[in-house]
Amino acid sequence: MSLILLVQASPIVLPEASTQAVVEDRIFLILLAVSAAIVLLVLTLVIGFSIVYRAGSAARRGPLPIWIRHEFEIGWTSATIFAFLFIFWWTASSQLHLQTVPRSALEIHVVAKQWMWKIQQPSGVREIDTLHAPLGIPVKLVMTSQDVIHDFYVPAFRLKQDVIPGRYTELTFTATEAGTFQVFCAQYCGLDHARMNADVVILPPADYARWIADQPEGDTLAGEGEKIFASHGCGGCHGQGAAVHAPPLDGLYGSRVPLAGGGFALADENYIHDCILLPHKRVPAGYAPIMPSFQGVLSEDQLVPLIAYIKTLKAKP
Amino acid sequence: MSAQASAPQAAPGDEPSYLDEGHSVASWIFSTDHKRIAILYAVSITVFFFIGGAAATLMRIQLFEPNNSFVSAAQYNRLFTMHGIIMVWFFLVPSIPTTLGNFLVPMMIGAKDVALPKLNLTSWWLYVGGAIFTIVCLIGGGVDTGWTFYTPYSTLYSNAAVLSAAAGVFVVGFSSILTGVNMITTVHMLRAPGLTWFRLPLFVWGIYATSLVMVLATPVLAMTLLLVIAERMGLPVFDPRFGGDPVLFQHLFWFYSHPAVYIMILPAMGVISEIIASEARRRVFGYKAMAVAMLSIAVLGFLVWGHHMFVAGMSPFADIVFSFLSFVIAVPSAIKVFNWTATLYRGEIRFGAPMLYALGFLGLFTVGGLTGLFLASVPVDVHVHGTYFVIAHFHYIMVGGSVSAYFGGLHYWWPKITGRMYLEWWARLAAITMFLGFNFTFFPQFIAGYLGMPRRHFVYAPQYHLYNVMSSTGAVVLAAAYLLPLFYLGWSLVWGARAGANPWNATGLEWLTPSPPPKQNFARTPRVDNDPYDYHEPETGPTQADQPPRQPQGGVA
Repeated sequence: MSLILLVQASPIVLPEASTQAVVEDRIFLILLAVSAAIVLLVLTLVIGFSIVYRAGSAARRGPLPIWIRHEFEIGWTSATIFAFLFIFWWTASSQLHLQTVPRSALEIHVVAKQWMWKIQQPSGVREIDTLHAPLGIPVKLVMTSQDVIHDFYVPAFRLKQDVIPGRYTELTFTATEAGTFQVFCAQYCGLDHARMNADVVILPPADYARWIADQPEGDTLAGEGEKIFASHGCGGCHGQGAAVHAPPLDGLYGSRVPLAGGGFALADENYIHDCILLPHKRVPAGYAPIMPSFQGVLSEDQLVPLIAYIKTLKAKP
Repeated sequence: MSAQASAPQAAPGDEPSYLDEGHSVASWIFSTDHKRIAILYAVSITVFFFIGGAAATLMRIQLFEPNNSFVSAAQYNRLFTMHGIIMVWFFLVPSIPTTLGNFLVPMMIGAKDVALPKLNLTSWWLYVGGAIFTIVCLIGGGVDTGWTFYTPYSTLYSNAAVLSAAAGVFVVGFSSILTGVNMITTVHMLRAPGLTWFRLPLFVWGIYATSLVMVLATPVLAMTLLLVIAERMGLPVFDPRFGGDPVLFQHLFWFYSHPAVYIMILPAMGVISEIIASEARRRVFGYKAMAVAMLSIAVLGFLVWGHHMFVAGMSPFADIVFSFLSFVIAVPSAIKVFNWTATLYRGEIRFGAPMLYALGFLGLFTVGGLTGLFLASVPVDVHVHGTYFVIAHFHYIMVGGSVSAYFGGLHYWWPKITGRMYLEWWARLAAITMFLGFNFTFFPQFIAGYLGMPRRHFVYAPQYHLYNVMSSTGAVVLAAAYLLPLFYLGWSLVWGARAGANPWNATGLEWLTPSPPPKQNFARTPRVDNDPYDYHEPETGPTQADQPPRQPQGGVA
């Protein structure tokens, strides 16, 4: 009786709630069909031979025909190579296709720590262990960890990405179904790893906008960052008319920065993050390495709005 | 020409067997005889196997219910770490090379011992010392990092005996390197006259390929563990706060640990080749392709580590390269499966217990290998990475594959090693139970994994309940199957029928000497004039059931 309940409570299908899920499931099913065919072939041969050629059976033994000795081996070796290369080509090309992130993607920040997920919406709304996102619009999660490596895993989206301390990793999805979907931490992170769960709540775009509007009024993410910029005295060196010779931040984001040691760095979020916490790692050319590290002064939670603010500083014409 | 009559060596009784060369404990633990060292290893890995198995049993009890509180989160994390460390480093890596390999490689190539007998004994002492030290740490203090020791958790956040456990594994690694060096030297230097490379039995090829991997990959593990130890003592290495990269640790770790998978499976492939040829009474189909496949697996195994890191933020192009190489390494593995299957064609197949294990291996290895293709495909891996799908996949390879092969080999050479026959029907029962219990335990985990159940979770969402109930129930059957051989093999040591020199009518040099062999293995060094697996005229197949080999290797010395 309870076994029947158990079976009923265990659906064998997983919702396909993102564009990636459709691609992944198609590959998975075809691989499953190919594998089942190969297993069936091997089993049929092994069991068939075991019966026909069991010791003492009347089946004809004799030598192997010459063509089995040579052509067979060459044949199945090349067949295997072609089959595997084809599967590789097919899966790799669908993966590269998924890598392209539309510029219009909505950027939501995720900061992981033992054992919770902190979400910062671009509007400045903060959430814990729940992530609201709009349906049908590409969403880019920009994620980092305050302590150990975690992994943001949404089975219904067939997507996961490690969340690594000291750098930003990204996860892009386009939800195709409204609803609430489970998030698990899929990288072992210590004592309560199994309880580091969250929900992704997918709302139609209008409902998402209404939900944002319903939240208590506050600064946008960049606005919050501007306050951190001011309160930590960043402008003292990087502001206009500062006495210290420090690189200006206007138009920094997305530019190619010539480095003191030669070479260039792309000023993306990871670079700006590094410059604040490890200022001596990649010093821009023409500047002395005099910036102090803000390691231990600014938390990852504060760096997210701060970098969001720096990204809004446009080059002065 | 019966096998016994063809053996030119001394008959049993002329010279005491290696088992009778002293009965004191010291005569064993200080013996440099490769056969005695093989027994020392066999006893040690058996003890460790059951400790690791006990940890798995406790985990499966906990997972029987979604929100069970049989163990706490902290205890569960220590249990899966203990299970992983013991099973990988103290059981699977040494299992076949140090027991069957140690015992059989010198005998199969017609040597009196390995090339470096004292090094062989040193290797066992390092192994047993390091392993016992680590297990005391694992049980006494506990380690909660997982066997993978991922930084920065292992170095900066874990409050556990990481440092001492890593030091213990470091020491055991040296035992692995020494065994590898010893086997390579032995195969190069001590082959009997006439025993050219392409006359070597495939088991020797398997151990040789494995030893190359051991010697080249294990030092990377040693170095990586030293870096972990250094960071735990305060020297920043992977710490991002000092500009370190925790992902670098993963590159180093998998540069060893992926080849380590091949350390576990290559010897198994060797064992299976021996058993299938002997039980089907046929030459191995495509012998050269089989040997070359093992070597290419050993080489390619070094180039695929990145497929463990598709979701660790590597460049998408690096993902594609590692995906490509992982598909490439599937080719030699597939060839081996096809060749084993083809060896059965037109054979005179016997179904003794070793053959049942070998056929089980064939099925389980095929499923394990094919699910590897899923994991090599980046989009699928992004979904199932870190879930029970991966757990099921590598258990099919490492338990369904390697452990089945170990049991198959243990039964096949049991008469040679102990001089006694086991009880055939009990052995067959254990083989079949093991196969069924294994599938019952691990197949549901593929489904749970596809549905998204992450590994290393001590509680889980209720939709995964059914698959965990199935898995835990299967584990009971599997545990029973693993305990069975302890009893009937133990029984055979005392009451088993005496075995002749060559009870299976097989062709290897190891079957020329009495069972159990004398200390010197061979009274005279055998001469080899023919290929291995010379079971029948090349122009005809085997002509009758239990046909004696046409010409055992070294049989005409």
